[in-house]
Amino acid sequence: MQASFPKIRVIGAGIVGLTVAHEFALAGQSVEIIERADGPGRGCSFFAGGMLAPWCEEESAEPLVREWGREGLEYWTKIVPVAEVRGTLVVAPPRDRPDLLRFSRLTTGFDWLDRSGLADREPDLAQRFDTALFYPAEAHLDPRQAVCALTGRLRQFENVTFRFNTAAESLSGAADWIIDCRGYGARDSLADLRGVKGEMLVLATGEISLKRPVRLLHPRHPVYVVPRGDGRFMVGATVIENETRRVTARSILELLSAAYALHPAFGEAEIIEMGADLRPAFPDNLPRIRRSGRVVHVNGLYRHGFLLAPALARRTAAAVLKDAFFPEVMDEHRSERQTA
Amino acid sequence: MENRPLAIYGTPLSSRLLVGTAQYPSPAILAEAIKASGAEIVTVSLRREAGASRSGESFWSLIRELGAKVLPNTAGCRSVKEAVTTAQMAREVFATSWIKLEVIADDDLLQPDPFGLVEAAAILVRDGFNVLPYMTEDLVLAEKLIGAGCEVLMPWGAPIGSGRGLNNPFALQALRRRFPHVPLIIDAGIGTPAHAAAAMELGYDGVLLNTAIAKAGDPVSMARAFALAVEAGRLAYCAEPIPPRDMAEPSTPQLGRAFADLPRRA
Repeated sequence: MQASFPKIRVIGAGIVGLTVAHEFALAGQSVEIIERADGPGRGCSFFAGGMLAPWCEEESAEPLVREWGREGLEYWTKIVPVAEVRGTLVVAPPRDRPDLLRFSRLTTGFDWLDRSGLADREPDLAQRFDTALFYPAEAHLDPRQAVCALTGRLRQFENVTFRFNTAAESLSGAADWIIDCRGYGARDSLADLRGVKGEMLVLATGEISLKRPVRLLHPRHPVYVVPRGDGRFMVGATVIENETRRVTARSILELLSAAYALHPAFGEAEIIEMGADLRPAFPDNLPRIRRSGRVVHVNGLYRHGFLLAPALARRTAAAVLKDAFFPEVMDEHRSERQTA
Repeated sequence: MENRPLAIYGTPLSSRLLVGTAQYPSPAILAEAIKASGAEIVTVSLRREAGASRSGESFWSLIRELGAKVLPNTAGCRSVKEAVTTAQMAREVFATSWIKLEVIADDDLLQPDPFGLVEAAAILVRDGFNVLPYMTEDLVLAEKLIGAGCEVLMPWGAPIGSGRGLNNPFALQALRRRFPHVPLIIDAGIGTPAHAAAAMELGYDGVLLNTAIAKAGDPVSMARAFALAVEAGRLAYCAEPIPPRDMAEPSTPQLGRAFADLPRRA
């Protein structure tokens, strides 16, 4: 019986590769995950913010991100429950109040908070801001913890194998399907894929406590702070049309200034990490499932890796196993599919 | 008044709207908005970090594919040296001698540094650049920039991204009257199409903006709205608007109107 199953080879053990592998495994397939690094989630996923914020993202993302993002939210709270639903706060300094108004007009699913509403939720911020937007249904997770949890889940499947320190090109064994989830690593195979640099840092301080992600609006340097527990805070992230992984002084200066504007106690925090990676993106900043023959590229999740990966993975499995078609993310011609 | 076509550094332009390429929700929406705006010139800011390593190539090629003439800018530069280096890098990357010169002095208002601007403009003109300086609306500064070799001037309407419109119409008008033959383009501060139309009605040759389109709820529709407003403002200027006056002037003469004395007869 086992031998008759098509064998699925997933290339890349970032958040896309792992969720895709999970979907195929749940469907009873035999899955092999190939990763050139020595462990899972060492690329883009490693530096992610881990905000599950489908409503906040309406500010700049297409409606699809909200719709499919809600599936992501459910996945990370029910199926692989590593996320905490504590909502998102959006604040702006008094002089950037018009930005808060603009944000409220472009998004849904929020309540306006006054100072006392803010004090109930984040007392440390109530002295700093007298109004905020609160998105109660949003959640956040620690990306590195989520990768571990999902990897652990996958290891429980008998017919799922991991091969780390392995380049996809070095493999000779046959696979029925190759699901390429390499992110920016697949740049050479996808002509319209680009990298968008994101830089982040992690601060540690015992002087502030936050229970949920906070976004600080600013006309030039919007920033978010996500609590990681144990007094650690992830501060991110720049969005720069640049395909190097260099962390620049200017970016760190901007991130730190914004964190300091959110709360001066961040000025005394210890910088425990700085990092940068390239978000894979297509021109409309929406993801794609792109089939050519027996190779399927799942890519272009841009700023929405953890948010959109579950919905993309589900549809990838359906496209491969049931020949389903999703016009929102599949831009190949149908005729091409039939000859494949 | 004849509506003479605009030419900048010898390049004739049929659209008087120039558009920036930053802050859009995605490159795809940027492309659609540029198309809807009808702009023939788009500005692009270059980070020196990306310029040195040529690592912004994916995005730059998307910009080149828009088919518009690329006007690189030195956004974010705070010294003459930075601005000159960035301009030289931009010339290599975008294969153009045009440069929108920004030398910023103040963090809060992003106000141009007039002294650094004149110095950098002189250096770049000597180096063969066609310089479009982003300046305050100061008349004397305009003279110095022209003296430095700038053939186009770009005074601000209001601080970058503020959306406040024309803060100082009096000075902008003075600038227009003093330099009737220098192409003048309002750069920055425009919030709504009404602001753009007002700039054109002052006799300005064009309007350059970014945030008002990129951050609108629907950037593509807003781009079209600005295209219409710029055209309307230009037509209005050439059609010579009536001067405002204090008293009503009926468009139909009251005197001799049939039955005009009816109330008195009643």
